[in-house]
Amino acid sequence: MKKVLWLLLAAVLAVGIAACGDDLEEGDDSGSTSTQSEGEGGAEKPAITVGSANFPENVVLAEIYAGALSAKDFDVSKKLNVGSREALFPAMEQGDITVLPEYSGALLAFVTEAKSDAKEIGEQVEALNAELPAELTLLEPSAAEDKDTITCNKETVDKYGLASIEDLAKVGNEITIGGPPEFAKRAGFGIKALKRVYGAEFKKFQPLDVAGPLTVAALKDNKVQCANLFSTQSAIPANGFVTLEDPKGLVEAEAVVPLISKEAATPEVTETLDAVSAALTTDNLKELVKRVEVDKDDAETVAQDFLSEQGLE
Amino acid sequence: MGETWEWLTSSEQWSGPDGIPARLLEHIWYSALGVFVAALIALPAGLLIGHTGRGSLSANTLSNFSRALPTLGLVILVFRIEPLSIWPVLVALVVIAIPPILLNTEVGIRAIDPTVRDAARGMGMTGWQALWRVEVPLAMPLILAGFRSATGQVIATATIAAFVGLGGLGRFIIDGYSVRDIGEISGGALVVAVLALVAEGGYALLQRSLGPKEGSRRRRVAGPAVHHEEVHA
Amino acid sequence: MNWGWLERNVDTVLEDLREHVEIALVALALGMLIAFPVGLIAYRWRATYAPILAVTQVLYTVPSLALFVLLINFTGLGQTPVIIGLTIYSLVILVRNLVEGLRNVPKEVIDAATAMGYRQTRRLFAVELPIALPTIVAGLRVAAVSNISLVSVGALIGTGGLGQLFIHGFQIDNPIEIWTGIVLTLLLALVFDLVIVAGGRLLTPWTRVVR
Repeated sequence: MKKVLWLLLAAVLAVGIAACGDDLEEGDDSGSTSTQSEGEGGAEKPAITVGSANFPENVVLAEIYAGALSAKDFDVSKKLNVGSREALFPAMEQGDITVLPEYSGALLAFVTEAKSDAKEIGEQVEALNAELPAELTLLEPSAAEDKDTITCNKETVDKYGLASIEDLAKVGNEITIGGPPEFAKRAGFGIKALKRVYGAEFKKFQPLDVAGPLTVAALKDNKVQCANLFSTQSAIPANGFVTLEDPKGLVEAEAVVPLISKEAATPEVTETLDAVSAALTTDNLKELVKRVEVDKDDAETVAQDFLSEQGLE
Repeated sequence: MGETWEWLTSSEQWSGPDGIPARLLEHIWYSALGVFVAALIALPAGLLIGHTGRGSLSANTLSNFSRALPTLGLVILVFRIEPLSIWPVLVALVVIAIPPILLNTEVGIRAIDPTVRDAARGMGMTGWQALWRVEVPLAMPLILAGFRSATGQVIATATIAAFVGLGGLGRFIIDGYSVRDIGEISGGALVVAVLALVAEGGYALLQRSLGPKEGSRRRRVAGPAVHHEEVHA
Repeated sequence: MNWGWLERNVDTVLEDLREHVEIALVALALGMLIAFPVGLIAYRWRATYAPILAVTQVLYTVPSLALFVLLINFTGLGQTPVIIGLTIYSLVILVRNLVEGLRNVPKEVIDAATAMGYRQTRRLFAVELPIALPTIVAGLRVAAVSNISLVSVGALIGTGGLGQLFIHGFQIDNPIEIWTGIVLTLLLALVFDLVIVAGGRLLTPWTRVVR
C-alpha cells in the first residue's frame, strides 16, 4: 500500500515536471525573447514568426506569408489573432513577431498619429520608411487594398438620405456608431478622425468587435446605425449595407504591405514575399475573405490553395 | 502595476456611461437578476426534492454537468440566438446559477435528522408547516452557501459575457485587451475581483449572523456536493 | 450545420484538444504538488488550517478571467497564467479535502496503528492517507472537472485549448465549431472524472469488498 502511494506521488511529480519542462522549452506564446536576433543579420535563413491581427482577412494573409516562406524551407512559426495594431506593433518592435501583413494608410496613421498628409501609396510608403523605427521596414506593397469604411444599414441610409460621411456628420447626434474598441481611442480611423476631418460627432459609440459578427449583427438589428467595416467583407453586399463615400479622403490608399524586421528582410525573404504581394489583388483578396468568412474554410487551407493557384509553392 | 493605478485613479474612469461606477452597477444588476431568477426556479425545486426525497440523482448529475460546462461556449451559443440582446445572456446566467442553489437546498433539507421531522409532526405540524418553520431554518446555512456559490459564478460569467457585447465590468477587460491597455485590463480585473470578494464577504457575514446550526440536530452529509466552493466560472 | 467543416478540420480540433488536456493536467499536477505539503502542514499544525483555508478561499473568489488577466502582469501571455490560475483555484478543494479526509480517520484506527508500532510518518503514509483517499479523490475529481471547464476562458487572452474553437466559431459564425468545443469539453470532463474514480478504486481495494 505504501509503495503504491509513493509510486503515485512519483508519477504525479514526473508528469508535472515533464509537462512543465515541455511548456517552458516550447517557449510560451508570450515570447518576450527575440526569435531571430541571435544570428546578427548574417543568418541566411532567419527563423520567421508571422503574426496577424484578430480578424479573418489578416489571418489568411499571414497564412499566405507563412506558407510561401515555408515552401522555401524557412523555419516559420505563427502567432495569429494576436489583437489590434496596438498589440502587434510593440510585438514587432520587440522582435516577438518578424513579419506582419499591414495596411499602408492605417499603419501610417498609427505611426504618425494621423499627422501625415501622404495620400497615394507611393507617398505613404515613403513617409512610412521615414517614420518607422529603425529596426522595421516595409517590403513591396501589393495592388490589393482593404479600406476601413463607415458602412450603414439600409434603413439608416434611407431615413437620412445618406450618401457620404459628410451627410452623416449632419445627423451624427442621432446616430449610434459601432466599431472595435480601439475605434474610440486611436488617432487614425476612428471617432477622433471623424471629428477632425468631417466635424462629425455621434450620439454614442458602441464598442463591438473587429468588423466581426457582433458588428454585423448590431448593424442588422439596428442597434448601431453605422459601423466600421472593411471594404473586402462580403457581409456588406450580403446584408444590403451601404458604404458611405469618403470625399474628404479620410481613408486614402490602403495597400496590403508586409511589415518586416530589417534583419529578417534577406534577399530571399524579400523575393518570396514580393512575389506574394505581386499576386494579390483586391478582387482575389475579397475572394479569400469570402472563403473564410462565408464558406467557413480553414485559413491555412485557403492560403495553400491561393499559393498553389499562383504558383508560389 | 503603475499603469493599473493610473487607470484606476484617473477621473475619466469614474464618470459617464463607460465609467467604473456605471459598469459596476450594470454588472451588479445582471448578476442580481440572474441569481434572483435562478432562485425562483431552484429554491422551490430544491425544497421539493429535498423534502420528498425524489429526483435527487438528477440534481446531482445536473451539478456535475454544470461544473463541466464551459461558460465561454455557453455565452457565445446564446448570443447567436439573439445577438446583442440581454435576454439570452441572462438565460445563460440563470442556467449557471441554478445548480448550486438547487443542489445545496436539496441537500440542506435532506440532511436534517428525520427525528426532527418526526418531532415536528408530533407537534401537529403539517408537512408544509414543518418545511417552512423547521426544515428551512435548519437548512439555511447550506441554502445560503448555495446562493453564495451561485453569486460568485454569475459574477464571473457576466464578466466573460462582455465578449459578446454585454456591458458590465468585463468590458474593461475585453476592450482593454484588444488595445493592450494593461491599465484598463488589470484595473477592470481588480474591480471585478473586489466585487466578487465583497459579495463573498457579505454572504459570510450573513451566514455567521444566522448562528451555528451544528449539533445533534443535523446529520453530517459527506461529499463534495455540500460545500459552496464547488464550481467556478 | 456545417458538418463538412468538422471533417476538414479534425487536425485543428485535435490540436486544440491536446493543448487543452496539457494545460488542465499540468495545473492538476501542480495543484496536487502544492496542496499535498500545504495540507499536511494544516493537518499537523491545526492553528494553520483556518488561515490557509481563508487564503485559498479568497483567491478562489476571484473570477477566472480577472485572475488570468491579473496574472499576465507577472507571467506574460500564453499557457502560464492559465496554469497558475487553475492551480490556485484547485487549492481550496484539494487542501480542504486532504485535511478533512485525514481528520475523518477514526481515532481508534490511529491508536491501533500507534499501538502496533507505527510511528508518525509511516502511520501517515501507511494508514491515514489510504483511509483518507476517498475524500482526497473526491476533491481531485472536482478540481479536474473544474480545470477542464476553465481552460476555455483562457482563450479570451489568447491561450490555446478548446476555447479557441469558441472564439473562432464566433468570429466566422460557425456553430458547429462552438458545439464541437462544448461537447468535447464535457466529454473530456467525463473522461477525467471516470479515470480519477477508477484510479481511486484501484488504490482502495478494501472499499470494493462486496457485502
